[in-house]
Amino acid sequence: MGVEHDHELGVIHAEEMVLNVGPQHPSTHGVLRLKVQTDGEIITKIDPYIGYLHRCFEKHCENVTYEQCIPYIDRCDYIASMNNDFGYAVTVEQLMGIEIPEKVEYIRVIVAELNRIASHLLAIGTIGLDVGAFTPFLYCFRDRERILDLFEMLCGARLLYNYIWVGGVSHDFPVGWVEKTYEFIDYFEPKIHEYNELLTYNKIFIERTADVGILPVDVAISYGVTGPNLRGSGLRWDLRRDDLYSIYDQFEFDIPVGTGAMGSVGDCWDRYYVRVREMEESAKIVRQALDQMPREGDVHATIPRKIRPPKGQIYKRTESPRGDLGFYIISDGSPIPFRIKLRSPAFTAVSCINEIARGWMLSDVMVILGSLDIVLGEIDR
Amino acid sequence: MVDFFLEKFSQISWLTGLPDGILFVLAVILIAIPIFLFLAVNALVVVYAERKISAFMQDRLGPMGQGAGLHAGKWGLLQTVADTVKLISKEDIIPAAVDKKLFISAPFIFFIGSFITFVALPFNQTIVAANFNIGIFYIVAVSSVGVIGIILAGYGSNNKWSLYGAMRSAAQIISYEIPVALSLLTVVMLVGSLQMQEIIKAQDGVIWGFLPHWFVFKNPFTFIAFFILFISGVAEVNRTPFDIPEAESELVAGFHTEYSGLRWAFFFLAEYANVFIVAGVASVVFLGGWQSPIPGFLEGSGWGLVWFLGKAIFLIFTMIWFRWTFPRLRTDQLMVMCWKYFIPIAFINIMGVGLWDLFVS
Repeated sequence: MGVEHDHELGVIHAEEMVLNVGPQHPSTHGVLRLKVQTDGEIITKIDPYIGYLHRCFEKHCENVTYEQCIPYIDRCDYIASMNNDFGYAVTVEQLMGIEIPEKVEYIRVIVAELNRIASHLLAIGTIGLDVGAFTPFLYCFRDRERILDLFEMLCGARLLYNYIWVGGVSHDFPVGWVEKTYEFIDYFEPKIHEYNELLTYNKIFIERTADVGILPVDVAISYGVTGPNLRGSGLRWDLRRDDLYSIYDQFEFDIPVGTGAMGSVGDCWDRYYVRVREMEESAKIVRQALDQMPREGDVHATIPRKIRPPKGQIYKRTESPRGDLGFYIISDGSPIPFRIKLRSPAFTAVSCINEIARGWMLSDVMVILGSLDIVLGEIDR
Repeated sequence: MVDFFLEKFSQISWLTGLPDGILFVLAVILIAIPIFLFLAVNALVVVYAERKISAFMQDRLGPMGQGAGLHAGKWGLLQTVADTVKLISKEDIIPAAVDKKLFISAPFIFFIGSFITFVALPFNQTIVAANFNIGIFYIVAVSSVGVIGIILAGYGSNNKWSLYGAMRSAAQIISYEIPVALSLLTVVMLVGSLQMQEIIKAQDGVIWGFLPHWFVFKNPFTFIAFFILFISGVAEVNRTPFDIPEAESELVAGFHTEYSGLRWAFFFLAEYANVFIVAGVASVVFLGGWQSPIPGFLEGSGWGLVWFLGKAIFLIFTMIWFRWTFPRLRTDQLMVMCWKYFIPIAFINIMGVGLWDLFVS
């Protein structure tokens, strides 16, 4: 381990230092521990240690009914609960072969895309925080707050919604919600310009993120990295288009990818900027969905009171703000799932950190971690 | 200032019997106490201003008074006072694994480093603790004393984050001393004196008919020198975008990670004192110190104090503005900026000022 330097005065024995970043550290985005080996400021190795937030999600799900799983699923990726529930509901419905009313599909797309905006706002805000810019973070929270207010109006909860159910959603939109959402989209779209001026094109921010932590597309694929992180590496892969679920084929939207505009393809800036662009696209989807949505109709499919999927198994993946969120469900025909496995996109994202952060400096580790946008609730489950 | 007090003492009958040494110490104490009080008030005001200004910049309210009973006063005016009381009354924690001597002495050395700088800083025509002939040289020299405190704190804390912070800080402060000194040298060349009051007096009058004859407007090279001085000054006091030694998202709290209570308060006090020194030196050397922006308008020693403080406060506001706008640089980028850009430009500046003085003016 030691590095020996020959000097005129003799041999100086230098050692690498092991540094434990976390679990109590301001910028590990939760309770992640990184065991970092450093040679001065340079990182020679990073080992992520996870499990500090393990809550036995999968085991819990084996003991409750399919409906009762949803609050647990809310708590996996607590930044984007709507998207989690969406993925689970779609999976169970496909296993049971349920047809969903058209209105429900629209409602789900609207809330999922709003939640995607909220999640990406948090992501870009915390990247700013990791490079030391405090103000953009609070600007992002100001706008995220408005989405949370919308959700509060919709289902009473601000973070863990339990809104999307198997076979429908819990309530219809309250009166005035659609207008408020239009208002938010009108307000939000120009705000993206503000973030770009304050943070995206800031010279220091570009210096800190461009060419840093480059994730080549082949490495990304071999580690199973998905979502904005994979798109940041330049691959146009989005399950909303490539493995269609729900009604995403009815909307026009782009899939932004990293282009290496400020440095190389797949650097932190690309991953950051893909998220900024995705917020624009999500806002576009929400607007189209609000325009096209049928105003009348039921928000529940006609399904038996007790969900009892037929014997069998299914794996279904959806596009959460962090990437491919997969649910693997085995049913033994009873109202209680035999096994639920969640394929977490954040888990694969954090697994590649040794590959991309090695050789960079200690300060860069925080930026790279921030640009991967991990949520420990989902990694540890 | 010491002479002034000694002269006063000689007029007081019961003091004249005392030995000269004691009178001298008495005079020094009489100067030191107001400086200390000024430092404390400065920290209170600047911290409050920083919290309020950052709040306005971030769409927040900042400290606010709320409800009846014990609260932070109207608009939270008493917030920093409450913070101070909290810091003073906190338990004094010395972790078991630290090197006790170094740990205890570090905050005081850091504080002394900024405290003694005030000796040469002229507040107006008369208020200056010691107007000695090497004023500016003295300021450059003693402002590096603080770095010893930082290294002791980082080394003595027995904490890897502290060590990182201290090493970064030492490298940063020592590097940025050079462009600061070189930019100050341009003015010294023009004035031909190191004395602070002489430098201010040389900035009297008007230039180009409308601009005050401050060195920042004197010629293009001093204009650049002012910005190099100010930016390097921001780097020397470890503030964003150069707050690498304390980078809270990387190093937790840098060299003062293990400190709390009164010891931490001393670091804090000294940091805000350093902020004032950077602003003060920049306004004395380049912005005319106590000179009025319109020559002949509102002059005199009272207004001189107002002008000086006004200029310093404006520069402090700029630093706060920086802090809440910019991200932070990386250590190597910071060094590149200093050694590859600032120092060569500062050298060219010195040459340019000399040539300009010879041929143009």
